[in-house]
Amino acid sequence: MTEIRFEKVWKEYGSAIVLENVDLTLADHEFLVVIGPSGVGKTTLLRLLLAQERPTRGRILLDGAEIAAEPTADRGVVFQRYSVFPHKTVLANVMLGPQWAGSPLLGRLFGARRRALRERAMALLDRVGLAEHAKKYPAQLSGGMQQRLALAQSLINKPKVLLLDEPFGALDPGSRRAMHVLVRELWEEQAMTIVMVTHDLMEAFHLGTRVVAIDRPRRDPQAPERYGATITSDFCAKPRIVRDSFRFEAARLRAAAEREADAPFLTRERD
Amino acid sequence: MRRIINYAPSPGVALLLGAAPFVAVGMFYLAASDARLAVDAADKLMPGLSAFYAQMSRLMTRVDPAVAQPLFWYDTWWSLSRLLQGIGWSALIGIVGGILIGFIPFLRATFEPLIFALSLIPPLAVLPILFIAFGLGETSKLVLIVFGIAPFIVRDVVLLVAAIPREQIIKAQTLGASTWQMIVDVVLPQALPRLIESVRLSLGSAWLFVIAAEAITAEGGLGYRIFLVRRYLAMDVILPYVVWITLLAFLLDYALRKLSAAAFPWAKLREA
Ligand SMILES: Nc1ncnc2c1ncn2[C@@H]1O[C@H](COP(=O)(O)OP(=O)(O)O)[C@@H](O)[C@H]1O
Ligand SMILES: [Mg+2]
Repeated sequence: MTEIRFEKVWKEYGSAIVLENVDLTLADHEFLVVIGPSGVGKTTLLRLLLAQERPTRGRILLDGAEIAAEPTADRGVVFQRYSVFPHKTVLANVMLGPQWAGSPLLGRLFGARRRALRERAMALLDRVGLAEHAKKYPAQLSGGMQQRLALAQSLINKPKVLLLDEPFGALDPGSRRAMHVLVRELWEEQAMTIVMVTHDLMEAFHLGTRVVAIDRPRRDPQAPERYGATITSDFCAKPRIVRDSFRFEAARLRAAAEREADAPFLTRERD
Repeated sequence: MRRIINYAPSPGVALLLGAAPFVAVGMFYLAASDARLAVDAADKLMPGLSAFYAQMSRLMTRVDPAVAQPLFWYDTWWSLSRLLQGIGWSALIGIVGGILIGFIPFLRATFEPLIFALSLIPPLAVLPILFIAFGLGETSKLVLIVFGIAPFIVRDVVLLVAAIPREQIIKAQTLGASTWQMIVDVVLPQALPRLIESVRLSLGSAWLFVIAAEAITAEGGLGYRIFLVRRYLAMDVILPYVVWITLLAFLLDYALRKLSAAAFPWAKLREA
């Protein structure tokens, strides 16, 4: 069970108010998508949740307790870029988290524990479609593959919340669609909460179970920094009752796909 | 006619073009030396090839009674050991100091202005202080080299550490890394290629400080020898020594470049 609460959160930089009075309660296993125009404070909201920045007023609670004052392992993150370590191979990138947790001084596991971890990492890489690239360095991967690697790297630690800041913003449409499918499936499998920031409305409603828009409700043309952004709309994109039957639905879709495989003409038409 | 910037030499031609100035300088020297020797066979300023050969084979093979080995190798050994010790200590200070100062905000606030000020002091100006404080022996020479290049290397590493994308550091923390683990697994490996780069850039100054210190006082060394024989206008020693120092500098630089490429294959990829 993971519940996230923003209680009247404000974020100001000096006299500039970026976020004002953000109030939000997020139930367990939601896929929250935050949309809003560029520069409105979406990344700032995510940084607050990461504890990369602290709110100037208000509190952020995770399961009833205030979040740690610095980034910790219960909140994973994938940024638009630079989320993976360029000096480590794909496999080593994925194995990092558990090695750090298991060996405070050396940051390396040995023997049976290492073999077990390697197996787990390879399974995860296989899941995100990078198994045959395990020995490469990130610079040898495409942008989409790097983002899949960043996902695997975060997921191996089983975070309660996964934060995504425009994770597909730099990808071409093809890999973007593939990533949508992957993230949706991982969200289902890992039963975690995802908070994703985007400025793409289609993406937001395609992926999210809940979509909030943030914007500045008031504006002072003389002093734009006087008013901050806050949640202006809140949509329940996929009601829980629909989601609860997701597995049933998935099974139905799989069965349908199998039927289509038996009738190749139909499949081709649909493509 | 295309624009001149759009004409590029083939690799073979580039090699020839690169070698041409060296050949030209050599030929010019030999011609000038011949002309001078024709006027005065005892001319010392521009000795010919035979004089270089005679002098150098003597220095390289004849055991000098005072130091019990050929002077050339004795001098080379002294200078290289000073240079390598100085560079080694500077690199160590650079990587440890640079990472700690660059990565930990409180240390950065405390030491960055100091390092900046130190790097502005001309090292040769403090050489007398070093001689007074550490005596005329090896310590003051070592301190001079370290004083001369360590602040530069520290600053370079600090800049590199500060330039690591914030996203990586945040990501490491969300993966549960401690400060120590981030230093060892995230910052240090990415700082090492840059350390080698800045050591390569410092090689020139390091040689300068070695030779300057040796010129003033030493038991031996390439710089010491050059300044010693200057009194006799012994160009047949000075010129080959200068060429030898240049060659050593080139070889060190080459070795560091190869080391970097072999040890950090990922660093090249990032540039591509
Ligand atoms: N560290 C900071 N200091 C001052 N202003 C900042 C800082 N970080 C962000 N801002 C301001 O906050 C606003 C929102 O930024 P951001 O959250 O990055 O927007 P978005 O992600 O929605 O594009 C911007 O106007 C930006 O100038
Ligand atoms: Mg942003």
